[in-house]
Amino acid sequence: MSLLEVEDLAIHFGGVKAVDGVSFSVEKGEVFAIIGPNGAGKSTIFNLISRIYQSTLGRIQFDGQDITASRAHDIAGLGIARTFQNIELFDHSTVLDNLLMGRHTHRRTNFVQDILFLPKVRREERQHRRRVEQVIEFLELEAYRKKMIAGLPYGVRKVVEIGRALATGPKLILLDEPASGLSVEETRDVAFWIEDMRRDMGLTVLMVEHDMSLVNQVSDRVMAVANGRTLAMGTPAEVQAHPDVMAAYLGTGAAA
Amino acid sequence: MELLQLVIGGLANGCIYGLVALGFVMIYKASEGVNFAQGDMMMLGAFVALGFGNSDQMGLPFGLAVIAAMVLMFGVGWGVERIVVRRIFGQPQFALVILTIALGFVFRFIAGSIWGFTPLVLETPFAGQNLRGGGIVISLADLVTIGVTLALTIALWAFFAFTKVGLAAQAASQNQMAAYIVGVPVMRINSLIWGLSGAVATLAGVLYATRGAIDPNIGLLGIKAFAAAVIGGLGSLPGALVGGLIIGVVEPVAGRYAPGELAKMSPYIIMLIVLVTRPGGLFSQIQMKKV
Repeated sequence: MSLLEVEDLAIHFGGVKAVDGVSFSVEKGEVFAIIGPNGAGKSTIFNLISRIYQSTLGRIQFDGQDITASRAHDIAGLGIARTFQNIELFDHSTVLDNLLMGRHTHRRTNFVQDILFLPKVRREERQHRRRVEQVIEFLELEAYRKKMIAGLPYGVRKVVEIGRALATGPKLILLDEPASGLSVEETRDVAFWIEDMRRDMGLTVLMVEHDMSLVNQVSDRVMAVANGRTLAMGTPAEVQAHPDVMAAYLGTGAAA
Repeated sequence: MELLQLVIGGLANGCIYGLVALGFVMIYKASEGVNFAQGDMMMLGAFVALGFGNSDQMGLPFGLAVIAAMVLMFGVGWGVERIVVRRIFGQPQFALVILTIALGFVFRFIAGSIWGFTPLVLETPFAGQNLRGGGIVISLADLVTIGVTLALTIALWAFFAFTKVGLAAQAASQNQMAAYIVGVPVMRINSLIWGLSGAVATLAGVLYATRGAIDPNIGLLGIKAFAAAVIGGLGSLPGALVGGLIIGVVEPVAGRYAPGELAKMSPYIIMLIVLVTRPGGLFSQIQMKKV
């Protein structure tokens, strides 16, 4: 059974069909990329999976569970983490605090235990910090541990957001344009990290990306979308050679 | 000596402004808007405590009455968020302003129709008791006010800094989207914060009532407390308290040493000076970027 199954997913904003009947499934351990021109509905699909938007039609199943009606704050606990195209971090907190906030759903101690700072709380806190340190080491964020987000360069903030997603201990990670705005070197790092997430951490990756070299390098399968519909699905090479995809990108004989 | 006497009384007053200002800041951070009913929540809280505690009413022991009032007002704050504020989520900030001004009128009406508009006195165990020493007189009520404010401030700080819920509230106030994505139930947290600010307002109201009679219009003190919150930076809890203390101390000192009407104007003069020189407030979290 697939880790994530999306069936006939649709969302209409008034008369605009942002996503209009998209189906796909992501297998465990796979890197699956969604590509498409701007406004194709890629990020909307992410917002539907992370339950920020309520779908008009269709069904989403994750790990054998129907999450179509789940609430946005339940998603992290189920094992889905994500990043945003425009970076959503806690800007007035340090990198370390942002990553620790990723452990939120794993905190098991209650209010009274927290206030009294009981041994159980300390034990748990140490465990969270160990997990976060692993993430810091993996993403090479050591130099920024105590820095405020608001003062960090764009590229670093982008990596911190990936870090926070990893700190939640997900099964599936959604990366919304992980390479946008990054330099060639930074993009190469992202490619390595995605490989490692899959190989060493056993994660499943679903990403939206425009950088075709990154897509070709890391993804097993690609889905091309335009105007809220699926154009093609298959290996990166197959999808890029598909006539509809070429038409959507180059605008030749664009049929609505 | 006289100055010291004024400062101590002013600090106690300032604690009350500070506590109401804390409520302003908590809600500003949670709902990204100003709750102009905060002063009236303080007033209502004081009356509820009076209703529970005074001998001609329910006659509960003082401590129990205060706790019961805080619990009830927590429910009121929570309910206001749950039933009213949540429905205007996503509307312009101005909607919340008008809504809370209206709520203030409703609270005043409720208090007036239950307890009337003539001033009432809350019965407290420390009414009229004074401590003397070194040429100054400190009323026990002032001392209790300062002590309770200190304790509550530490408790709130510990709550926001160490508990799972408190940290979630901080996260939600910085970025709601990011909070959702790490599993924070943002809406539930907002209700909780409104409840909490109802309870804090009640405590402020009780402390206010230990110092004199109360009537349904004492909520207007909220305007001064709002000035305190603005002085502190509207987004900062310690700032709110410091803002309250500044106003509390300056008022009586100005009243004694400056021409008559200046004392009443002083909170707003300070607010204007702060806004002109440090637009973000004294404890602003947003620092201007140096280019």
